[in-house]
Amino acid sequence: MTIPGSWYLVVAALLFGLGAFGVLTRRNVIVMFMSVELMLNAVNLTFVTYARMLNDVGGQLAVFFVLVVAAAEVVVGLGIIVAIFRHRATITVDDISSLKG
Amino acid sequence: MVVLGLVVGFPLLGFLLLLAFGRRMGDPGAGWFGTIAVASSFVAAVGTWIFLLTKHGSSRTQVLHLFTWFQAGGFRVNISFRADPLSVVMILFVTGVATLIHLYSIGYMKRDARFHQFFVYLNLFVFSMLVLVTANNLPLTFLGWEGVGACSYWLISFWFERPTAASAGKKAFIINRIGDMGFMLGTFLVFMQLHSVSYSKILPGAHQLSTGTAEAIALLFFLAAAGKSAQLPLFTWLLDAMEGPTPVSALIHAATMVTAGVYLMARLSPILALAHAASMTIAIIGVITAFVAAMAATAQTDIKKIVAFSTVSQLGYMMLGIGTGAYVAAIFLMVTHAFYKALIFLSSGSVIHSLDNEQSIRKMGALAKLMPITAWTMIIAWLSIAGVPPFSGFFSKGSILEDAFGRNELLWVVGVVTALLTAYYMGRLVFVVFYGKARWQEVTHGHDPHESPRIMTIPLIVLAIAAATAGLLNLPYSGLRFLHDWLAPVFGSSLVSYHLSSAEKVLLPATDAVVALLGVLFAWRLWRNHSQRRELEPAVLFRGWYIDTLYDKTFARGGTALAKFTDHVIDPTVIDGAVGGVAWLFRWVGGLGKKVQSGLVRSYLLIMVAGIVVVVVYVLVSAAR
Repeated sequence: MTIPGSWYLVVAALLFGLGAFGVLTRRNVIVMFMSVELMLNAVNLTFVTYARMLNDVGGQLAVFFVLVVAAAEVVVGLGIIVAIFRHRATITVDDISSLKG
Repeated sequence: MVVLGLVVGFPLLGFLLLLAFGRRMGDPGAGWFGTIAVASSFVAAVGTWIFLLTKHGSSRTQVLHLFTWFQAGGFRVNISFRADPLSVVMILFVTGVATLIHLYSIGYMKRDARFHQFFVYLNLFVFSMLVLVTANNLPLTFLGWEGVGACSYWLISFWFERPTAASAGKKAFIINRIGDMGFMLGTFLVFMQLHSVSYSKILPGAHQLSTGTAEAIALLFFLAAAGKSAQLPLFTWLLDAMEGPTPVSALIHAATMVTAGVYLMARLSPILALAHAASMTIAIIGVITAFVAAMAATAQTDIKKIVAFSTVSQLGYMMLGIGTGAYVAAIFLMVTHAFYKALIFLSSGSVIHSLDNEQSIRKMGALAKLMPITAWTMIIAWLSIAGVPPFSGFFSKGSILEDAFGRNELLWVVGVVTALLTAYYMGRLVFVVFYGKARWQEVTHGHDPHESPRIMTIPLIVLAIAAATAGLLNLPYSGLRFLHDWLAPVFGSSLVSYHLSSAEKVLLPATDAVVALLGVLFAWRLWRNHSQRRELEPAVLFRGWYIDTLYDKTFARGGTALAKFTDHVIDPTVIDGAVGGVAWLFRWVGGLGKKVQSGLVRSYLLIMVAGIVVVVVYVLVSAAR
């Protein structure tokens, strides 16, 4: 028996919601970062699912771009986090509000 | 008509050349050059007069049109000059007296640091005055009007190192602005009603004006005239104007510029003829000015102040003539006054010059023997202004008083009392300055004052002859009324003539003569051996009825108080408040916007997610439809 495409979509939506919830509720930058990754991969999952359902390889192609961009984002993001930590000895986002207007 | 252009052109050329090369011409070259420029203008003026003598009737009004100055819609102002009997009389005496005063100034201003500058201003003044009297439209007259005002300002404050001279110049300028407002409003009203500002159109068309409009126009122009011709309540500047060099006082503040107001009123006689109430107002203000100033003149101790009040008083007589419709008499008095008042000033200047710029009559006395020419010319001027027959003042003031009598006896009574005062205060001046004891030793440090150089006494003698004989211009007998016959066509029907009985025709001049002699007699009795009489010099008259003090207390102090109020209250609250308020408003709006910028990453994310939710809901809802 094959699992219907809609199940994948539901999983992807759950993952996305989980990621968004994590981003909004956690204060640790690294955890927030992981949550963002979760959201990105939820999107990747929908792309792949649709590629299969619609028989269009374009969706799978997009996933590669997302992976590459996500990798680059991780490099930059972790770099920033390390720099902030060196500077302030904290990675709690609520303490980092020096751009307050 | 080119000759009229030369009349105006010579002083302009003189001014420009003196401006460019005056310093190089030096002392006395610049003075001679300026004198020649004005003398040439006088010759051209005589030429214009002869030219008009060859014409008859309406062709005696000639217009020299040069070019259009500016134009806007139906409003067109030309540079055009007008030669008619009235303007020819004006240019003749203006250039004539100006030539003599230029000549005198060469001696008087000798060794002044800004000698050439003085003649630059004098030539510019003569040019402006000639523009004023020959202009053929109101704006060009106004140009001359402002030109003489500016020259008056420069020359009053010629010795600007003295703070009093500098502030006197400013005072003259500011008070004249009040009058200028009247001139401009009058011009606007004339244009509004008659759609032209050219004399060629408005003078013949004046009868189209309604009485009310004519009254308004007449009063507005009288306001202008009151400023320029130093009438109540605007006369105070003329007293301070005596801070200028004495030739300036003679030329500008006695003979010519201050009569511009009288000329303007005479020029606008067709409008004045319609305005009966305004005319009466002018006559009343004129006669009151004459009386008030003559009273003040009796108590002054500064020789130039006496003469200045005397000028105000005489201008009052001229306005009395204008107000009673006696335009010819007013112009006649203007001409004779130019002679004898210029003479009085120049003689005073001669005295002041020989006493090292001392102006107080208390420090003069017994100068008749030492300065015979100055003394004799001053005595002739005195008898002329006093109206002793057969000197010129007797005829000119007599004809004013005759018409005043015809209009209203009360005007005549005040006029005659003023005539008595005139003979008295000038007599006081002559006796205190030239007779009695010598009181100038302190001023001159022992040595005797001596007669002025010939370059100064020659103008005195010429003016003395003119002052003594100018009555011949208009003897009160038909056939010998030359000035009247010459000017009457200009005024036409606006010239009022009163019918006096034959008894009145004898009694009125007789009264004038008796009054003049009484004034002379009083002066002789009271001042022959005195230089000071406290009971006859009350403070109220010495201070000029406190009118100047009143203006100082109300307008000057009031203005200062207002300025302080704005500085301390309006400026910090209203002005700074408005500017600061705008800044505060923007800061407040910015403060509202700043709350969005919390710096909390998670709140940004929440807003972002909320936005996404809105977009998704929207997409889903619109897809479901």
